[in-house]
Amino acid sequence: MTFAHRHLLGIEHLAQHEIETLLNLADEYVMLNRAEAKHSDRLAGLTQVNMFFENSTRTQASFEIAGKRLGADVMNMAMQASSITKGETLIDTAMTLNAMHPDLLVVRHPHSGAVDLLAQKVNCAVLNAGDGRHEHPTQALLDGLTIRRKKGRLHRLSIAICGDIAHSRVARSNIILLGKMENRIRLIGPPTLMPSGIQQFGVEVFDDMTRGLEDVDVVMMLRLQKERMDGGFIPSEREYYHRYGLNAEKLAFAKPDAIVMHPGPMNRGVEIDGTLADDINRSVIQEQVEMGVAVRMAAMDLLARNLLETRGAA
Amino acid sequence: MLHFTNAKIVDPEKASVTFGSLSMANGAVQEIVAGRADQAPAGATVVDCAGRYLAPGIVDVGVKVCEPGERHKESFGSAGLAAAAGGVTTIVTRPDTEPAIDNPEALEFVIRRAREAAPVHVLPIAALTKARAGREMTEIGFLLDAGAVAFSDGDRVVKNTKVFSRALTYARSLGALVIAHPQDPCLSDGAAATSGKLASLRGLPSVSPMAERMGLDRDIALIEMTGARYHADQITTARALPALERAKRNGLDITAGTSIHHLTLNALDVGDYRTFFKLKPPLRDEQDRLAIAEAIQSGLIDTISSMHTPQDEESKRLPFEAAASGAVALETLLPAAMRLYHANLVDMGTLWRALSLNPAKRLGLDTGRLSPGAPADLVLFDADAPFVMDRAMLRSKSRNTPFDGQRMQGKVLATYVSGQKVFEAS
Repeated sequence: MTFAHRHLLGIEHLAQHEIETLLNLADEYVMLNRAEAKHSDRLAGLTQVNMFFENSTRTQASFEIAGKRLGADVMNMAMQASSITKGETLIDTAMTLNAMHPDLLVVRHPHSGAVDLLAQKVNCAVLNAGDGRHEHPTQALLDGLTIRRKKGRLHRLSIAICGDIAHSRVARSNIILLGKMENRIRLIGPPTLMPSGIQQFGVEVFDDMTRGLEDVDVVMMLRLQKERMDGGFIPSEREYYHRYGLNAEKLAFAKPDAIVMHPGPMNRGVEIDGTLADDINRSVIQEQVEMGVAVRMAAMDLLARNLLETRGAA
Repeated sequence: MLHFTNAKIVDPEKASVTFGSLSMANGAVQEIVAGRADQAPAGATVVDCAGRYLAPGIVDVGVKVCEPGERHKESFGSAGLAAAAGGVTTIVTRPDTEPAIDNPEALEFVIRRAREAAPVHVLPIAALTKARAGREMTEIGFLLDAGAVAFSDGDRVVKNTKVFSRALTYARSLGALVIAHPQDPCLSDGAAATSGKLASLRGLPSVSPMAERMGLDRDIALIEMTGARYHADQITTARALPALERAKRNGLDITAGTSIHHLTLNALDVGDYRTFFKLKPPLRDEQDRLAIAEAIQSGLIDTISSMHTPQDEESKRLPFEAAASGAVALETLLPAAMRLYHANLVDMGTLWRALSLNPAKRLGLDTGRLSPGAPADLVLFDADAPFVMDRAMLRSKSRNTPFDGQRMQGKVLATYVSGQKVFEAS
């Protein structure tokens, strides 16, 4: 079992076997989480700080529960309310925090690359909880775990990612992860929401949703950010729903046992039909949330082992 | 009198290099003799160049000196030393300071500070519109009288075509040169990188390279309409070249420059969010870089500039999107240009046309050439000397160079301004 990283900044840096190592460990934590006594001492004595420079309820809660179940001392810092409004730079914030000797730092930031920058300046393990439009590695890992548990494998599947690809860090991390695991990836969305140079990503691109969904095993929906409407990326919510909203009719083009995923929070009636989202036979959205905690426990566990090992060696 | 012997003398007028000797006195080039010189004129100090290159000093259009406003980033003193060490004998300064150089009094301040502090020639560009806001033109006439050599809003595009056309028309009546930044301002709004795979992978807001052609197309139409003298500060994409070629063929008074960074680096150099590579316009892909180098060789693009833009550590040590754009380049311009020579992309004579002769001619200066009677602004350099760039050694107050740690070739040995030695390598 190898996972030779100090930080988890993106899927880009992970090898196939490292993704597998992490998912295998996460599987064990799923069992722990379903048990009566959901507690382990793997991170006992370690301090985990969640620094969120951007609003988040779900991801932050997931990281918090993950840390607490592993016995870490968890602290949440709502960064929007504190130093950045006082004009402190990201690096100064990092240095200040670093002086308090945290062991695990979970960071979300609105700028792409900000978490990489911060990781260069601190002595602890840094987990990227989403940076700008760059990466959201734990989301891709939890999606991977969900698919693997539902489909029995995480390779040679046909997977459609639908919606606002251009502005989505979830899409980027998933494209990289699913590509590394040797799946067939289809991207579906209006061309205004596709990133540039997408042809070079080794994916198939569709602007017709029904054609894109043909015979896929997995349908991943992305959240449509409200602010995209003002940017003139799409004409209206209702036209978007008509062309790219997932409903039972469009889903019929996918394989009969295709699963439906969404990273949340959902806009019911914008990108996904409410009834479909609640259909326990197709939608695995609740499982994704459950897997999120397990994957984050696994990631923090692995990084903590490496951290303690390097400290022991020093 | 100084007598240089055994030099490879670069003559940008003929785009040639000849082995020979050159003498200078009274601040001017006196005589150039081909071949191995046997005897120096009586009383002359002989400098044996030992086969190194002797070229006219570089005329660098578009240097940012951060006076007034941000003197901690670069002063006329530090920029002047950097220029001298880089073989740049004339710096043509940008008006995008804080506040902008948009009135004759501010221009006089610049000229006075430059005269006090800089060992090289300093010629200022004045703003085209007040506060570079793109609304009202500056006092172009007064500014010309005060010594402005050109008018520009720097990297800010005058969005309002009516305002821009009036400024161009007015400038034309005075024979003033307008330098513009060809870029569609809406398309490029907020961009930190050029569209493509890397920008998408890194999740950076990006701009299509087409924005440059759109900006240039608009400006060309306005030049056709107004008859103004126009210089595009940086042409960096292959797609803009046919438009430029057509405009020149149609006899419009247009020239174009490019930056040394766009000639020697590409978009992939940004790598893992290296903010020292964040430029404006952003670095382009390799095909664009090669097309621009080819356009230098063919003469379609007239000038190469450093686009020297000092930024302190605080404005660069930020997430890529939030970090400031620009790089210092006065001291790395020559070795970076040597990359083009060593890669056989541009020959030495043509390179010097773009570095000294063409910018001088465009600004109506007598310098930038090596022939009897020309001002004795010269640089003696070794085109081959290898070194590893260490930014700590830079003379600029700001050390935001993208070449830090890179292997380079080409070393300035001595620089002369009006016949006076202003730099000698130790």
